Amino acid sequence: MSVPYAKLPRWVDYGLIPLINLIVAFAVAGLVVLLVGESPLRAAAIMVEGAFGRGQNIAYTLFYATSFIFTGLAVAVAFHGGLFNIGGEGQAYVGGLGVVLVALNLDGVFPWWVNFPLAVIGAGLAGALWALIPAYLQAKRGSHIVITTIMFNFIAASLMVYLLVDVLKPLGQMAPQTRAFAEGAQLPKLNWIIELFGARIRSAPFNISFLLALLAAFGVWVLIWRTKLGYEIRTQGHSPKAARYAGIGEARIIIITMMISGALAGMMALNPVMGAQNRLQLDFVTGAGFVGIAVALMGRSHPVGIVPAAILFGMLYQGGAEIAFEMPAISRDMIVVIQGLVILFAGALEHMFRPAIQTFFASLGAGKRVTAAREGRV
Amino acid sequence: MTEFFATLVTVLDSTIRLSIPLLLACLAGLYSERAGIFDIGLEGKMLAGAFAAGAAAFVTGSAWAGLGMAIVVAVGLALVHGCASITHRGNQIVSGVAINFIAAGSTIILGQAWFAQGGRTPSVAADARFNAIELPGTAAMRDVPILGQLYSELLSGHSILVYLAFLSVPFTWWVLYRTRFGLRLRAVGENPAAVDTAGISVPWLRYRAVICTGILSGAAGAYLALAMNAGFVKDMTAGRGYIALAALIFAKWRPVPAMFACLLFGFLDALSIRLQGAPLPIIGRVPVQLMQALPYILTVILLAGFIGKAIPPRAGGVPYVKER
Repeated sequence: MSVPYAKLPRWVDYGLIPLINLIVAFAVAGLVVLLVGESPLRAAAIMVEGAFGRGQNIAYTLFYATSFIFTGLAVAVAFHGGLFNIGGEGQAYVGGLGVVLVALNLDGVFPWWVNFPLAVIGAGLAGALWALIPAYLQAKRGSHIVITTIMFNFIAASLMVYLLVDVLKPLGQMAPQTRAFAEGAQLPKLNWIIELFGARIRSAPFNISFLLALLAAFGVWVLIWRTKLGYEIRTQGHSPKAARYAGIGEARIIIITMMISGALAGMMALNPVMGAQNRLQLDFVTGAGFVGIAVALMGRSHPVGIVPAAILFGMLYQGGAEIAFEMPAISRDMIVVIQGLVILFAGALEHMFRPAIQTFFASLGAGKRVTAAREGRV
Repeated sequence: MTEFFATLVTVLDSTIRLSIPLLLACLAGLYSERAGIFDIGLEGKMLAGAFAAGAAAFVTGSAWAGLGMAIVVAVGLALVHGCASITHRGNQIVSGVAINFIAAGSTIILGQAWFAQGGRTPSVAADARFNAIELPGTAAMRDVPILGQLYSELLSGHSILVYLAFLSVPFTWWVLYRTRFGLRLRAVGENPAAVDTAGISVPWLRYRAVICTGILSGAAGAYLALAMNAGFVKDMTAGRGYIALAALIFAKWRPVPAMFACLLFGFLDALSIRLQGAPLPIIGRVPVQLMQALPYILTVILLAGFIGKAIPPRAGGVPYVKER
């Protein structure tokens, strides 16, 4: 009855099948737009125009993409180790705490280029520590990492509300947020790169953490495919039994993988906190941790896939805002639907079209063999 | 003393109100997870159910039509989850996450398109909601001290869904432990190969389990929209699906402890609303946020194995492959 998943050519596995899944996801999203009574094609046109039409919009698209690269990489690293880290949202939120510890204490002392590396360490460390407890519990006590990381998202939300309202908020201020950072903790913008191409940008929060995100993507590639640790992580992810047989310490790998994942998620906080808002605000993560799941699944957990997937989601975020403006019936929440559909079709239903494609390629292969036999080559 | 008693009764009363959506969602998850299908999409199914209930009750003017629609929509989403995780052997966690997002986004989009009130449904008139029922003899019992008060304030005056939710606890227990379907359901969650060898279809059994999940989570949504509130408000589940999941683990996947876990979490919720940061005797002032986080913290501690060990159904999360 059940057809085993035979090997397909690499370009089919890594190109065609994800592409088909993605197209189906967007087609279903188009149906939702149709149901609402708007034209999906016009919506798509507005979205692309809104995301890439002017320099300003490109800068915003890349600003959002920066956050998603971090969270996508975080989910991907955990995937390689066979772990599902749903806690990116909470780790990024707590990562913000690491950022403000540096920013609030040193913004008047050092220039940004000293504070930035310190904040990177702070954010990474805070995120990694927030991932450590679920990792430890999975490694040593066998608690399911999915459940514990979900719980830690909620605990992080409560903790941060408490800290912002009762501890970090300056006296005499109503809004639950920290004071604004001085210049020493504001990241330089990268808008000039887009302006090199002749576009004009009034103001956009596209900042230097984008470069850090690209660096992190490269770093993840090196880590996973070019180091001993990465090999151990992948072995553990593929077959825990084989890893145990090879003498790879299971608990150690789980804890290290999750801490790397948490650190990457935590670094996401740099982008909005130091790059855009220049203060720590309530709910600054706004779902980026969850978008990371969709990005990682779409990018097949490879940095080369994750960066474009993150830019695509940046486009959805920026272009989605434009759609909401032009088509009042469609709010920004359309992005959440698309995100869900991408996770469904690129993740949970990734094998749906596989049997059909397999049969197709098998018949192609059989055809070839028949012609070859007829020509007397076999 | 009487004042304290009156406060206690009020807190317990709101405990019941607040724990019902948890209880229904928790029992919903129980059917699915006992059959070996992890379901973190309870939140999404509940939310979609709440929206369907609010919309249908507003349009038709009937609470029962709302409940029916909620169940239809939630079962539909449950079948999507089933299709992904049973038929196509996809990752069950990923599928659950997807359903949560689809529900969160589409309820707002459709609500805005149909009712144009910023993602809410218009408020549902009183006769299209599930209203409080006076149990017989409430008026006569009111003057009897303590027992009478408990009866009239605590037990009486809830909507029909509350009583149905509590009835579904023994019912679920009976189904799981006293029927053939329940035996097979539990077996398929522990060892699907054995069930298959006995000539019973694993997919069909699991599909029936996720349908049960859909029915109950739809009812949980209908309760939120038509009994606790007057209509659907965006994101009205507010993480209750995850708390229900926590309660399910807390109860170690058993129906009667599930009820107590939900009542406990409902009590924490009611208490944090009641206290609003007021100081407690002995402990002093407890931050509201800590009270809100307590269900999650307790679940993590339980999962860590410090209060007994929670062992999930053995075949949970693993797609069943017939041969090879």
